[in-house]
Amino acid sequence: MSFYKPNFRHPAAPTNELGLTAKAYEGGISTLCAGCGHDSISAAIIQAVWGLNIEPHRVAKMSGIGCSSKSPNYFLSKAHGFNSVHGRMPSVTTGANVANRDLMYIGVSGDGDTASIGMGQFAHVIRRNLNMMYVVENNGCYGLTKGQDSATADQGSKSKKGRINPFEAIDLVALALDLGATFVARSFSGDKEQLVPLMKAAMAHKGFAIIDVVSPCVTFNNHAGSTKSYDHTREHVQAGSVVDFVPMAQEITLDQIKGSTQNVSLHNGDSVRLSKLSDNYDPTDRHNAIHTLLEHKAQDKLMTGLIYLEPDSENFHETLNVPDQPLNELKEDVLCPGVSALKSINDGLR
Amino acid sequence: MKATDISNPEYFHKVVDCQYACPAHTPVPEYIRLIGQRRYSDAYMVNWESNVFPGVLGRTCDRPCEPACRRGRVDEEPVAICRLKRVAADNKDDDNVNARMPVIPTEKNGKKIALIGAGPASLTVARDLMPLGYEVDLYDENPKGGGFMRSQIPSFRLPEAVLDQEVDYVLDMGVTRHFNTRVESMKGILDKGYDAVFVGTGAPKAKDLRIPGRDEADANIHLGINWLENVAFEHIDKIGEKVVIVGGGNTAMDCCRTAKRIGGDEVSVTVRSTYEAMKASPWEKDDTLAEGIPILANHSPKEFIVENGKLVAMTFNVVESSYDENGKRTIKETGEVATVECTDAIMAIGQDNAFPWIERDVGIEFGDWDMPIVDKVSFQSTNQKVFFGGDAAFGPENIITAVAHGHQAAISIDLFLNGSSVTEARPAPGTNLVSTKMGIHQWAYDSDVIDDDRQASAHLPVEQALSSRKIESEIGFDLDAAFIEAERCLNCDVQTVFVESKCIECDGCTDICPTNCITFINNEEEDTLRDKLNAPSLNKDTDLYVSTDLPTGRVMVKDEDVCLHCGLCAERCPTSAWDMQKFLYTVTKAGNEPAPILVEQTGGAKKQEQAA
Repeated sequence: MSFYKPNFRHPAAPTNELGLTAKAYEGGISTLCAGCGHDSISAAIIQAVWGLNIEPHRVAKMSGIGCSSKSPNYFLSKAHGFNSVHGRMPSVTTGANVANRDLMYIGVSGDGDTASIGMGQFAHVIRRNLNMMYVVENNGCYGLTKGQDSATADQGSKSKKGRINPFEAIDLVALALDLGATFVARSFSGDKEQLVPLMKAAMAHKGFAIIDVVSPCVTFNNHAGSTKSYDHTREHVQAGSVVDFVPMAQEITLDQIKGSTQNVSLHNGDSVRLSKLSDNYDPTDRHNAIHTLLEHKAQDKLMTGLIYLEPDSENFHETLNVPDQPLNELKEDVLCPGVSALKSINDGLR
Repeated sequence: MKATDISNPEYFHKVVDCQYACPAHTPVPEYIRLIGQRRYSDAYMVNWESNVFPGVLGRTCDRPCEPACRRGRVDEEPVAICRLKRVAADNKDDDNVNARMPVIPTEKNGKKIALIGAGPASLTVARDLMPLGYEVDLYDENPKGGGFMRSQIPSFRLPEAVLDQEVDYVLDMGVTRHFNTRVESMKGILDKGYDAVFVGTGAPKAKDLRIPGRDEADANIHLGINWLENVAFEHIDKIGEKVVIVGGGNTAMDCCRTAKRIGGDEVSVTVRSTYEAMKASPWEKDDTLAEGIPILANHSPKEFIVENGKLVAMTFNVVESSYDENGKRTIKETGEVATVECTDAIMAIGQDNAFPWIERDVGIEFGDWDMPIVDKVSFQSTNQKVFFGGDAAFGPENIITAVAHGHQAAISIDLFLNGSSVTEARPAPGTNLVSTKMGIHQWAYDSDVIDDDRQASAHLPVEQALSSRKIESEIGFDLDAAFIEAERCLNCDVQTVFVESKCIECDGCTDICPTNCITFINNEEEDTLRDKLNAPSLNKDTDLYVSTDLPTGRVMVKDEDVCLHCGLCAERCPTSAWDMQKFLYTVTKAGNEPAPILVEQTGGAKKQEQAA
């Protein structure tokens, strides 16, 4: 009758290195429409954070407004969270990140929250290379207000009522590449095998990591003629690089994966292992990434996977030379070093 | 793997673990739901149709259903199915139940059947054949019907009134009773011209223990089942002060608890095995210990000690059990000898079949261990007219098995007397599969999975329980506890039914499933598939539900093992590719009549009016 999730779990549910089963990473039961891609993305986040052995309370879930931005309720209920103003999640996350750089920041946004009202904030958080994972749950429509075309709806895509979208779409991946993002990926909510390792890599990346996830709206944008439906996405998806996230502790054996592989080491010693569909695709080459992306688009293909990665980028904290200890832990004597320190600063400016 | 054929009723039948494990295949979740709805008479009738003795079984069943219960695989303990059955029996409305008893045709079909032995198997045959118009003659050496339910199960576990009522439901159908009549000759019975004979004489011969001192102490050595029978029929009403029971099965538990009630002050049970390996049901052992009766494990009988012509003690070799890697047990003597003082000793070390009354030239062939050769499906012997069931067929089992045999033997007798093949023409089970969807988040069953622990069944204080052998020692569930216990049932008969053509592979079901039962994966051989599922496949005995190929080339694989039947997969499915459908499986009875499981409260009365 009522809508709740039983407390029983699989009796042999695996535990991570912290001894926790995935249950510790769950959230409330979703009130999104049944079959919503966003719920699959929430499930992928649960798997990724659990798999990275991050304690749930070391995570902060940040969001704005929209169906996507409701979804942090549905994972990691023991994490911190801030459901901010529409399109303003990046600035709130910047503030939180400045105050406590030790938390893992997971921003969840939608196509409206990012590409329309939040466009300005989105652009600037990329420029600043803020250390966070920014997930766009991209369904090409405004699901919360009955499915109007959003700014990421493809030109020529048909709405549920039959109207063809006349406007060019904003490609968030192309935009992020152009603005200098240091980790850019695209995926599909219906493909956790790709999405979960991408998320792990994005969270391990020290800097701004965006994953644009096509996440079909079952209620308003999952019909024939839509370019963001389950069927259309499955037909047009082309994985640019199949990703496997390899934690530092784990030895990499290349023969585990077929085809040619490439390892890209991350900042902290973890690495991303790429198995490439095409031998000449190098995801550390930004020009090539932009070029390949456009090529795919021209062929009506949706390029997914890890599209670009700059492993040794300088992130926001490094650029600003912020101390290693989170600001919210600094005591008064450090934050207000006194008259003599002020005098020496002033002297330095004379 | 090949796609699962859900049109085969055996597939979903197996998912209902309790019902599948029950020899009579009683639709357990069906009646537990009725108890939850406080429809005790309806719950009783669902049971009665299937197992004939709900009140008896609700107290004494060996409960093969409970170890099978799915709840036991996700929670600490299974649902208390047996005691819930008792709740239905204890709280039924007798008038309602009486009105729903089958209508017996006044005009008979001209066929006459003899039933030898008035135990559960024979009574079940009578119950199934009487409504079809057969004339039934029932023979038993005792003054009342019930067989070993009466002679071997003490009244403090099974009150006489409960047994009488359920035996009478059958006898009152018009069975001709020949009680106090010991059948001494099968030939004599066959000569009477019966169209068919059913043998339900049980396994009446108690095993004896031939060790030194046996003959000298004979006056104070009793054979368990015979002794219990003598107590039940009040030929014995007391025993000496110090009693030792030899044996570790349920009969031993009944003997010691009876002895404690009729004069045994110091009663102990001795068993050759370890405590854990004893054959008695765990709850029977618990009840025994609770009454202050010690169980001495690893005691192998050595000798009866007789002084001045009287039994004074028994000696035992203390032994050790060890198991090899194949689980084979070796018992070794430690050299230590233990002595237990006693005035009486009761041997409860097993029982055998015995058919001295069946002449070997009446066409009934006997095989190994001097047992009749009986077909495992039809229960027919090599004399086509003679059928066997219960313990008489294949050796000692239990009441519910005897009932299952009775139903099947009745089908065979009916087929045989109508000129049909008893093996080829057997009726298919009755099945029904109906959606329970009523609306958004609304199902026609209580899909919530509650966290409550198994409820404890209340017992009388020990002194009060021991004051008489006729006071029932267990009080059972009160109605509040029964409701909670009923709600613990996971409704495994409400099946998750998957329709491939509707699935859009959105992963909604996979993501929500609390026990990670569902995986979308490329198809492979079963073993490989089991290794690759989202959650470990712990129980290879439960099936995988595999779909045909989906548009992405993958298949849906559901491991049935720990599915909570909570319905969340169906609630999160945008296209209703998943649906929760109530599956009802009933064993069809003689005369091809499917069990009228869902009779309304007034159904029986109406049926009677129509017949009148």
